[in-house]
Amino acid sequence: MAPRAFKPQMATGNDLLEGDVVYFTAEGGWSRHIAEAAIARDKEAAEALLARAEAFPNQIVGVYLTDVTIDPNGHAAPAHFREDFRTRGPSNYPEHQRQA
Amino acid sequence: MYDYTDFDRDFVNARVAEFRDQVERRLTGSLSEDEFKPLRLMNGLYLQLHAYMLRVAIPYGTLDSRKMRRLADIAEKWDRGYGHFTTRQNIQYNWPKLRDVPDILQALADVEMHAIQTSGNCIRNVTADHFAGASADEIEDPRPTAELIRQWSTDHPEFAWLPRKFKIAVTGSPNDRAVTKAHDIGLRMVRDEAGEPGYEVIIGGGLGRTPMLGKVVRDFLPKAELLRYLEAILQVYNMEGRRDNKYKARIKILVHESTIEKVRAEVEAAYEANRALLPRVSPELVAEIEAAFAPPAFEPAPDTAAPVLSAGLRAFIDTNVSAHKLAHYGIVTISLKPVGGTPGDATAEQMRVMADLAEEFGHDELRISHEQNVILPHVARRHLPAIYARLREAGLATANVGLVSDIIACPGMDYCALATARSIPIAQQISETFADIDRQRDIGPLKIKISGCINACGHHHVGHIGILGLDKAGVESYQVTLGGDGTETAAIGERAGPGFSYEEIVPAVERLIEAYLDNRLEPGESFLAAYRRLGPDPFRAALYPEEARSDAA
Ligand code: SF4
Repeated sequence: MAPRAFKPQMATGNDLLEGDVVYFTAEGGWSRHIAEAAIARDKEAAEALLARAEAFPNQIVGVYLTDVTIDPNGHAAPAHFREDFRTRGPSNYPEHQRQA
Repeated sequence: MYDYTDFDRDFVNARVAEFRDQVERRLTGSLSEDEFKPLRLMNGLYLQLHAYMLRVAIPYGTLDSRKMRRLADIAEKWDRGYGHFTTRQNIQYNWPKLRDVPDILQALADVEMHAIQTSGNCIRNVTADHFAGASADEIEDPRPTAELIRQWSTDHPEFAWLPRKFKIAVTGSPNDRAVTKAHDIGLRMVRDEAGEPGYEVIIGGGLGRTPMLGKVVRDFLPKAELLRYLEAILQVYNMEGRRDNKYKARIKILVHESTIEKVRAEVEAAYEANRALLPRVSPELVAEIEAAFAPPAFEPAPDTAAPVLSAGLRAFIDTNVSAHKLAHYGIVTISLKPVGGTPGDATAEQMRVMADLAEEFGHDELRISHEQNVILPHVARRHLPAIYARLREAGLATANVGLVSDIIACPGMDYCALATARSIPIAQQISETFADIDRQRDIGPLKIKISGCINACGHHHVGHIGILGLDKAGVESYQVTLGGDGTETAAIGERAGPGFSYEEIVPAVERLIEAYLDNRLEPGESFLAAYRRLGPDPFRAALYPEEARSDAA
């Protein structure tokens, strides 16, 4: 099998206090908006991104990398449906969904 | 209702104080996440997809209006105004903030509730028949047994680190409403030849990745021997259960790999040893616990004729009211499955209505069923019109108990971090598809159960129609099992064939039900009975019409 082509990735986790889904930003902070997520476009950048994102052990928990797809306008969207749901919140109560 | 002793109260309060301190230390960073996680799990606090989730135990599903109101208060004050009742007779809050959790636990402790042992490899919240103490078919109320087990298992030092979680269920009736065969230990009350009540002891049941029905390890155990025998089972499991592989760690695998005969011999030997070492359950303690579950002061049978009922109320009684041991009483099941709703969810306002009804008309008793409904176990029939009217106002009068829209669904990928697919929207769509209650009544008794991953919290293996949501190469895929049954005629459902996409699954269920309607002998033959008579073929043909066509070609 050919080596898996690298897919762009972002780093995500949950806020320790609130539990909210958060994304690591290019500025080196955390945002609740996926649009602000920093995107790594190769393996080395991804490793570096994860290392930077993991440096907030008392603020953000459960940090991991996840694949994204980039549309022609350069907007990133989660590659997997689980991450897609994480950007929005539960589907059974529209009022509890997050603003995109 | 069992009231906490000073010992219980001190223990629970001490745990709250301890957890408050642990949260504080986590917030200041002196506990790392790796150190904190097992501590929060021991107190029922999970981190899910979008937020923390707090799982609160409702021992054997029993509560009173005071406790129910407190659950409502918590939903309102610290959550988003609702809670989710689970198949383990627990309630889950989906949005607590870490900082608030110690206050929530204190609010629970103040009404004698907690979230201890709702997670981890310990003996979990003991479940029991939700009609306990009320049902016409009961040998004995199973709750004193469940309470005794709760006391014995809470903080039991030897069993705090079992190979895996351990679930016990108790039923006092020949009609098994507690799914005893799908638990690590199931206890069924039976009588011996002399008419003395005791237990049939079943071990090694469980759903999940490797579903198995429990096997009888002992036909009859005298009541007073219960704890020495349970201790023996746990000792054997604790010693021999596998710790090398999480998926092979449940007692069902031990029973399967080593055979029930061998496990029985070991349990009996351990039990013999325990008889010399451990005291029997003291009759005073049993009497004390049983007194706490004494039946309420039932009102005498009326001498007036029954009132004339509206059609709506008659339909409600037909599906949602079950036979009570007293003819002039009934057991009311309040459906938490409105058309298009989330199975098991109730708002704070609805919880208060149910608490009020229990207090005014139901001897102050409420139960949570593993089918995610709420029960008023003791209702004098003369109150039914008033109760029905109040339930209607609160959006709680759906007359669908036991019918196609009375669906069990786990939280699935709308909340749960372990999920591989969503389950709630599937339940919502099925209930919308079959919204017409006359159509539902025509279809008759049918249990659809949906899980969002292989862990099977939605009991899909024992659904007449089971649906399991999986992640198939990055797409949600739903596998159908047929012919499962969680009652005294328990069976594990059989996989029907390839899975269906999110868009395909609800139409597939509709085709299944059409096939049943076409094939049943008469309206009285239920889906399960028809499946047992006909086998899977006509149902498979309906699920996979393409295949059926190409086979015929
Ligand atoms: S079955 Fe899976 S998805 Fe559903 S609640 Fe259990 S662990 Fe979560």
